[in-house]
Amino acid sequence: MKTLAVLGAGTGGTIVANRMRKRLGKDWRVVVVDPRDQHLYQPGLLFLPFGRYEPEELLRARKDTFRSGVEWLRSEVVGIDGEARRVEFAEGEPLSYDLLVVASGVRLRPDLTEGLTGPGWREKVFDFYSLEGASALRAALSTFEGGRLVLNVVENPIKCPVAPLEFLFLADEYFTRRGVRDRVELVYATPLDAAFTKPQAAKKLGYLLEEKKVHLVTEFMTSEVDGAAGHLRSYDEREEPFDLLVTIPTHSGAAFVERSQLGDELAFLPTDPHTLRSKNIPGAFVVGDATDLPTSKAGSVAHFEAEVVCDNLLLAAKGEEPEPLFDGHANCFVETGWGKALLLDFNYETEPLPGRFPTPWGPFTLLEESRRNHWGKLAFHWLYWNALLPGRPLPVEARMSLTGKELPQETTEQPERAEA
Amino acid sequence: MPTKTYAGVEVPVDDEGYLTDSSRWNREVGQAIAEELGLELTDEHWKLIDFARSDYAERGQTPGLRRMAANTGVGMKDIYRLFPKGPGKLIAKVAGVPKPKSCI
Repeated sequence: MKTLAVLGAGTGGTIVANRMRKRLGKDWRVVVVDPRDQHLYQPGLLFLPFGRYEPEELLRARKDTFRSGVEWLRSEVVGIDGEARRVEFAEGEPLSYDLLVVASGVRLRPDLTEGLTGPGWREKVFDFYSLEGASALRAALSTFEGGRLVLNVVENPIKCPVAPLEFLFLADEYFTRRGVRDRVELVYATPLDAAFTKPQAAKKLGYLLEEKKVHLVTEFMTSEVDGAAGHLRSYDEREEPFDLLVTIPTHSGAAFVERSQLGDELAFLPTDPHTLRSKNIPGAFVVGDATDLPTSKAGSVAHFEAEVVCDNLLLAAKGEEPEPLFDGHANCFVETGWGKALLLDFNYETEPLPGRFPTPWGPFTLLEESRRNHWGKLAFHWLYWNALLPGRPLPVEARMSLTGKELPQETTEQPERAEA
Repeated sequence: MPTKTYAGVEVPVDDEGYLTDSSRWNREVGQAIAEELGLELTDEHWKLIDFARSDYAERGQTPGLRRMAANTGVGMKDIYRLFPKGPGKLIAKVAGVPKPKSCI
């Protein structure tokens, strides 16, 4: 009996385990390791603070997310012995594997910023990338009658780099509906030098910040947060006052990656950008947010990577070399408020372009707001549980297609790679 | 595509003056870009520039400031002292690699 071990049962790990259970023979065990009882639908965290979802709508019992035949081990991984091909746990016997997929995601690290978890944390300083943070923020927003709301990204990379902007667009709608928008100042403090840093996105979407009246603060690298005084400070000694801070904390890889020193300075795992093979763990592939790849940390990326990794696991099971199939593809809806959204589709080489994205339900508009995109984003919640996680096919290819995209007539940019 | 000439080398640049072909860079080009930006380069500056170049070549993305600090031993406060007014962008420009970007 051989063993495929999958570390982490988030989006990427669950898809890999379910698909591989179908594709590997009865001579293989598929073992998923994750200590948490519930699976969280992370895209819903954006809507939770605005009361558009209840927390329980975003959770499913993890046991119900696996196909029959997938073994689930509720253990905390503490290390990987790559030479012995063994996963070690806090308690219990180590697990020997023939093939390994590391899908251990990221951890939010507010502790890495001075003062961030000090006075005011979850009172006037919130994150919304966790269920606890988003729920606490919901209560705070509902009684916010006016003042300066600052949203800051501490440093990149973060999950879903567009979510901070989406949050501000939805906040504009939310406060307008509550009749207090004219008393709320919305501020976006980013370490980058613009809200839209890719040429076509900047050209097509630059109007949004003005339309939503979001004040932009650029190149703001947060050095410390003082929740009691209500300001954050940057390394170049600028200060931004706030009445309510919504922060996207630093992200790092899993604790066991950090302890075992398998990752980089933020515990992201060195990964081949095209085969998705681990660069330093023999027989292992890496999926989703855990990688150090220059594409977005996003569910769609984890999904496309999972498809490539499944193909390569089958090759590896036969003793063959993996194929360089992954192109950095990401496909993300961006909510802009008032029932509209836009769609982004890009990869390592191609920036998000305008045009149409064909699907069986009709075309979505790329880099352009439409109602259909918004409904697509909401409908995805159902698809996530019922098609994506179980490993059923979705009408989006793992590799990006140029069909429907409008290529810029004249560009001063070389094809480039997405960073965050 | 616009070009600029640094240290006798004609290099393609984007609208903001960042090199669009990292392979056309050499240390004299880096030195000349730094002079244009009013920076006097010391060994500490070069530690950061060299790391940005080697890391970009290996990983295909310009390293963030935390990564540069962790891998060069130059602390964050010192990075801001060496490259005041936006070290992420300044280091990228001098090193001939793309400025830090998001996905859109």
